[in-house]
Amino acid sequence: MKVVKSRIRENIKISNRIHRLTCEFTGDIKPGQFFMLKTLDNSFLLPRPISVNDSCDNTVTFLYRTEGKGTTKISTLREDDELQLFGPLGNGFAIDSLDGKTAVVGGGIGIAPLLYLVKALGKKADVYLGFKDSENVYLVEEFRKYADKTIVVTEDGSDGEKGFVTDFISYKEYETVMTCGPEIMMNKIVKNCLENNVKCYVSLERRMACGMGVCLGCTVETKSGNKRACKDGPVFSSEELI
Amino acid sequence: MANLKINAMGLEFKNPVLTASGTYGFGEEFSEIYDVSILGGICSKGLTLNGRSGNTGIRLWETPMGLMNSIGLQNPGVDSFIKHELPRMKSYNTIIAANLGGHCDEDYYEGIYKLNETDVDLIELNISCPNVKSGGMAFGIKSSVAYDIVSKLRKICKKPLMVKLSPNAENISEMAIACEAAGADGISLINTLQALAIDIKKRRAVFDNIYAGLSGPCVKPIALRMVRDAAKSVKIPVCGLGGIMSADDVIEFIMAGATLVQIGTGNFIKPDTAVDIINNLSEYMDKEGIKSLDEIRGII
Repeated sequence: MKVVKSRIRENIKISNRIHRLTCEFTGDIKPGQFFMLKTLDNSFLLPRPISVNDSCDNTVTFLYRTEGKGTTKISTLREDDELQLFGPLGNGFAIDSLDGKTAVVGGGIGIAPLLYLVKALGKKADVYLGFKDSENVYLVEEFRKYADKTIVVTEDGSDGEKGFVTDFISYKEYETVMTCGPEIMMNKIVKNCLENNVKCYVSLERRMACGMGVCLGCTVETKSGNKRACKDGPVFSSEELI
Repeated sequence: MANLKINAMGLEFKNPVLTASGTYGFGEEFSEIYDVSILGGICSKGLTLNGRSGNTGIRLWETPMGLMNSIGLQNPGVDSFIKHELPRMKSYNTIIAANLGGHCDEDYYEGIYKLNETDVDLIELNISCPNVKSGGMAFGIKSSVAYDIVSKLRKICKKPLMVKLSPNAENISEMAIACEAAGADGISLINTLQALAIDIKKRRAVFDNIYAGLSGPCVKPIALRMVRDAAKSVKIPVCGLGGIMSADDVIEFIMAGATLVQIGTGNFIKPDTAVDIINNLSEYMDKEGIKSLDEIRGII
């Protein structure tokens, strides 16, 4: 991990409130890791934790949703502007020890970090993506390029299957499930995995200040006490979580 | 070349820039980014006699140029610090301060006895914790209460003792005078300001504890005023902190009377803030023809 001023190659809106930001960065990044991003002016104080969507050719790409003043300000940056990058941070998904077939399940903006994961897993992964409706669908074609099978679910059925993504996973087919998205979705996946004796890894989102394990603001309660989402996570085995 | 060395509280600091408790862990994470030995000193994460798991609910909240926190002194406890953190910290070539808090006199006694037997360089006493025997009012609000605990601890403490003052004290000058009279070797200020954030949609306080501590650039003008008030009231060295983000901010604190400073929230905004500050401080002094910070200390 390092802190650098990075030049922006691209920062464009790709879907409803979702933007793609590509910056120059040299270094190894694991799927599931994140960076702390900050504009160089003082328009907001704390850097924003944003997960890595992709990385290649000395660049790193983030997909982020404009939620508050930080991400909204970041969305105003343009090509050749600079921003402060600190990372890569966190543990990332453990992909080296995987056996058998893996289901990768994402919901909403939690889908963003899963592309880099699926690129690393290749055809070993089936992908399940949940969106609110067709207006909020993004990144599906990219997933289709790398995954064995990509299933799209929208709550209103305006694109793909209708319902909740958690209802379309045949858990028994998989050795492992890896997921990132709304907690309500991940809770259901953790429960289903437990019932079907499937290994499950979840990537958690927490409010954080430092991103490196010192402020203790992003605590996650686990069976072995408090852990830090930024340093000990953001990816946790469901067995660790309470 | 400017001389940044500071002699204070019987210790030699290689420069006046320390890192503030609660913003730097025990130095390990930052040592992955830069050589932490360049610092004047490191104040440990706030310790209590026994480990604590901290507060429930939201722990952080951003405000315009500020950060509110309600971590709740999550820490491994004094014994674990001594066994697992201090040996590594002592391998850094810098002053190591153990920040110690307590909720009753006995907590402090026990903590001091244990730290006395270590090679920690300095004890920074956190008196902003609620005193369970005084209806939960913090030790650092009334100067008579602070005098009582500091004078008792001074008698048993074998290390230099720096008392960290709360800006919530009834009168900061009287508080500084009380700590000096009780035998403190130095004082540091300001700890976070007690503050409130409200979630109007949920119609409740953001934090489970209702109030939380405010830090960051928004508190700097208040911190400067309090550092000046304190520094004018006592002869012992004052370590100033509150919203320091740059070498210019450090100069302001020195001009207000500080001998040392601490970087807190700034460590979160840019992890190598302290490195920039130490480098820029030298440059500033060279450019201004300042040979020692004594020349500008307390000139306001």
